[in-house]
Amino acid sequence: MFLQQLINGLTVGSIYALIALGYTMVYGILEFINFAHGEIYMLGAYLAIIALGFLSQWGLNSWAAAPVLVLLFAMIVAAAYGATIEKIAYQPLRSASRLSPLISALGVSIFLQNFVMLTQGARDKVFHKELLFSPAFTSGGLSFLNCHVSHIQFLIMGTAVVLMAGLALFINHTKTGRAMRAVSQDPRMARLCGINVNGVIRLTFVIGSALGAAAGVLVAMYYGLVNFYIGYVAGLKAFIAAVVGGIGSVPGAMLGGLLLGMAESFGAGYLSAQYKDVYAFIILILVLLLRPQGILGNKTDRS
Amino acid sequence: MWIGLLCWPFMGLHSAGIVAVGLLLLFLSFRFFDRKIGAVKNIFQKIPGRELAGRIPRNLWLGAVLLAVMLLPLALNKYYLDITITAGIYIVLALGLNIIVGLAGLLVLGYIAFYAAGAYAYAILSTQYHVSFFAALPAAAVLALLFGLALGVPTLRLRGDYLAIVTLGFGEIARIVLNNWDSFTGGPNGIMHIPKPLLFGLKLGSPVHLYFIVLAMILLVSFVIDRLNNSRLGRALVAMREDETAARACGVNTVKLKLLAFSLSAMTAGMMGVVFAAKMSFVSPESFTFWESIMVLCMVVLGGMASIPGVILGAAALVVLPEVFRQFQNYRMLVFGAAMVAMMIFRPQGLLPSKRRRLELEDPTLPSPDESGEG
Repeated sequence: MFLQQLINGLTVGSIYALIALGYTMVYGILEFINFAHGEIYMLGAYLAIIALGFLSQWGLNSWAAAPVLVLLFAMIVAAAYGATIEKIAYQPLRSASRLSPLISALGVSIFLQNFVMLTQGARDKVFHKELLFSPAFTSGGLSFLNCHVSHIQFLIMGTAVVLMAGLALFINHTKTGRAMRAVSQDPRMARLCGINVNGVIRLTFVIGSALGAAAGVLVAMYYGLVNFYIGYVAGLKAFIAAVVGGIGSVPGAMLGGLLLGMAESFGAGYLSAQYKDVYAFIILILVLLLRPQGILGNKTDRS
Repeated sequence: MWIGLLCWPFMGLHSAGIVAVGLLLLFLSFRFFDRKIGAVKNIFQKIPGRELAGRIPRNLWLGAVLLAVMLLPLALNKYYLDITITAGIYIVLALGLNIIVGLAGLLVLGYIAFYAAGAYAYAILSTQYHVSFFAALPAAAVLALLFGLALGVPTLRLRGDYLAIVTLGFGEIARIVLNNWDSFTGGPNGIMHIPKPLLFGLKLGSPVHLYFIVLAMILLVSFVIDRLNNSRLGRALVAMREDETAARACGVNTVKLKLLAFSLSAMTAGMMGVVFAAKMSFVSPESFTFWESIMVLCMVVLGGMASIPGVILGAAALVVLPEVFRQFQNYRMLVFGAAMVAMMIFRPQGLLPSKRRRLELEDPTLPSPDESGEG
């Protein structure tokens, strides 16, 4: 029981962590809550279904690299969406008051939800796992000590780890990554040092959206059902994860996501499944009261 | 073209092509009319009621509006009256939120929780303890006030976005608790058969009566906010909004002020909750989602923060416009989202900005508050 909840929590948590990265990176640089990020995750899940549709039309769906293609397609298209949203809805508001981009983001969020509802229908969409994976893979897994880890769960955690490691390498060891860190510390100074601040912001949205979409693809594979309103709850929780971990901090978002996933899983398993969504908020409030900068946040932050 | 390309996976090639061509034409025509739009803008900036309102005495103006509003129910059928009452409820809600967001500058995203507290208070008091409407009104206000204080005290230390998130969390917790505490709140089914208001044995059940109750509330709240706005307290609130540290240095007790703003806002919402419950004669957690909080916030921001006529206009517009465009069903929300973005880009100060803020925003000699704030 305990181990099983731990595994489930880690699976959900790694999905939250992927989404949380997008929030934390944008917040770290622009200091605003990108409410539309949850919708990017939702787009990612839909894009996975669409990509799968294309692949099976061309008869490529049982190809070994098919899951990778699905993931890449969703990430690239969602990244394009992220960059476009930033260009249209946020860039003109760089110097506006703090509420403006927030309202704008809510507008984008409403727009995207209704866009997907209109074009894809209001009903649940099914992600046909069986088209992508062999039945043996879907049902199989690893069992030990009364607990079962399915291949899909492995796949989710593995993908999340690879993506996060890639991001960490990128941020810490490339020139562009260094530029990103510089902009998040002080945009004005970064500009003086010759960094293309707008370019870096665009890149942040591209990376964040790609990661969010990857989370969407993984969720579509995990649950098999997708709806146009999944972005709201997942986005909210991922945002909480980002705050709990310390907003603006990349490792914090990863930690916060995992923590939140486990708290939910254990809470649902041991306390009450009805109040599953409350645990996230209780953790949030406790963290904000006791350690407002988050677990791995900077004390010198603007709190 | 680019957006059409983005639409392609979701809509198929054919319709995405139409979107792309349409947007391209729109874009080109905008380019073409750009200069003319500038001219129109100039005219617009000259027209709006400023000079006009200046010539007519303010009291006369208000009196005329009031008279028109009093006579309004005569001209409306049941459906329109219903929408008007809904708009009225949202107007008061928006005015209440305006105290805390517009005047005090604290971003609160869980405002609807106070509204829910009021609505459920009346629902439970009236169906189980037979408390009358007018007795429940102050009771709900006090309850919401207590909630407001309960939320306000621990969150006082937080600033800006953190406060927004905590209040958001509070609102969600409230909704989930209402949804799951079956024995007390009826769970997802809600509470039914809530009685209509009674006054001296006279049943005020018809929409017209409700209309006047809501109208009275609008007047009361507008009056209070107007007085507050021009008082020492109101100026202290605005000072706190602009720069908390500086305000404190000038001897403003920010802790007390924040609590005051919180409780005033919460009380307004609590009272409106009672009216809402009486109007619908049914409450369920579904009426109190996060989106409701967002809608009220949008009303405040779209109308013009800290401006009473602006907020009233914003609230009325956001309730009435979707009804007007009901025939377009699905597309209206799509357009609504896009309109929010456009509004923020082209007119961030709102439809009718408050005089004080207008002066701040338009005076080129002053640095904008954000530039000085963030540095």
